[in-house]
Amino acid sequence: MAEIKITNARYWRYPLTNEITHIYCNIDNSLEQSFVPIDENNKHYQAIQEWVAEGNTIEEAD
Amino acid sequence: MTKAAELAKMGEVITNGQIGGRRNLIINGAMQVAQRGTSFSGVTASGTFPVDRFLFHVGSLGTWTLSQSTDVPTGQGFAKSIKCDVTTADVSPTGTDYARIDHRFEGQDLQAFCKGTSNAKQFALSFYVKSPKTGTHIVELQDADNTRNISKAYTVSSANTWEKKELIIDADTTGAFDNDNAKSLTIAWWLSAGADYKSGTLATTWGSPTNANRVVGQVNIADSTSNDFYLTGVQLEVGEQVTPFEHRSYGEERQLCYRYYYQMKAATSFMKIGHGRAYSTTDTTATYTVPVPMRANPTGSVSAASDVGTAGLSAGGTTSVNPAAETMDDYSRFAINVTRGGGGYSAGTIYQIESDNNTNMTIKLYAEL
Repeated sequence: MAEIKITNARYWRYPLTNEITHIYCNIDNSLEQSFVPIDENNKHYQAIQEWVAEGNTIEEAD
Repeated sequence: MTKAAELAKMGEVITNGQIGGRRNLIINGAMQVAQRGTSFSGVTASGTFPVDRFLFHVGSLGTWTLSQSTDVPTGQGFAKSIKCDVTTADVSPTGTDYARIDHRFEGQDLQAFCKGTSNAKQFALSFYVKSPKTGTHIVELQDADNTRNISKAYTVSSANTWEKKELIIDADTTGAFDNDNAKSLTIAWWLSAGADYKSGTLATTWGSPTNANRVVGQVNIADSTSNDFYLTGVQLEVGEQVTPFEHRSYGEERQLCYRYYYQMKAATSFMKIGHGRAYSTTDTTATYTVPVPMRANPTGSVSAASDVGTAGLSAGGTTSVNPAAETMDDYSRFAINVTRGGGGYSAGTIYQIESDNNTNMTIKLYAEL
């Protein structure tokens, strides 16, 4: 069973640089919007990768 | 005093914990620091930290209220413990159901164990536990770098009574811990487990984990809503000797915890976060420094975007806040990006970012293992 529950994942484009730097999503059913850096050493990013491997999709950035 | 007597006295002093500091590799072992809150009800899934650095890890096994408790062993110098209160029982856990408390370590903090070498050291683990059940309980060490586990049973003699447990866990000459900031070791205090974890023979030597051998004999803490499980005074030392608990100050423990999780909550309305330059009509950034560099690039969140405001602009206009849009390479300083979807900024102008007209604003940075 996944240790971290990911929902509503969408890439986030940093308006200043126009680069995609984060994924914003809900974590463990929290209503707070979390910004997960695209960084292999971040535990939530690791969880998102697992979530994607299970067949889920990260929505494109606005 | 003779030389022999001096040496004997020195040994006594060391054993009594009066010198020889920094023996304890556990952070927040006295359960003093609880940044996220002191009570969490209705817990049915993993992710809750009842106190900093101690993660409650559960799947399909009861409902729990987790809290920082003042129920502690008498006369040991502790003021706080973790309390795991069963609020919906699970009399018969099945399959891979599980409930446990985890403490996780970076590999670079474990190098003294010399794991994976001929000079590997034992793990001396001690803790105080108050369990509703007598009998066998399991602690498991999980080496994430080499996928190797070992389980150690301890016996609770009297129900609902504080007992100190001292476990000496085998050294492992196979598989070194990586010397980095990633997770290398988990210590797991099991509270209950489904049959898939209990059907074999307990894995009392290091080796590749087999689920059936991980938690054999573990009592079921979750079988009654009358059950409360407590833990405090956790200490992990290098070697074959358990020594008295190394008490550290609250301030010191809090600083150590900040490496993994840091939150700042406004104590007043319009609390200032920082100043920064708007780079469009909808976005501005401001910078702030955290008390200690974080372990890794953190996940950032705020209580609600509307809790963050901009001085001089109408309240409630903030539509999105990324608290760590930019970072220094040691994760000591961050840029918060504030978006006002409806506009209002003047590009090139300096603004003051602050909490809104209340004390709701909490900024959270998460770099746990």
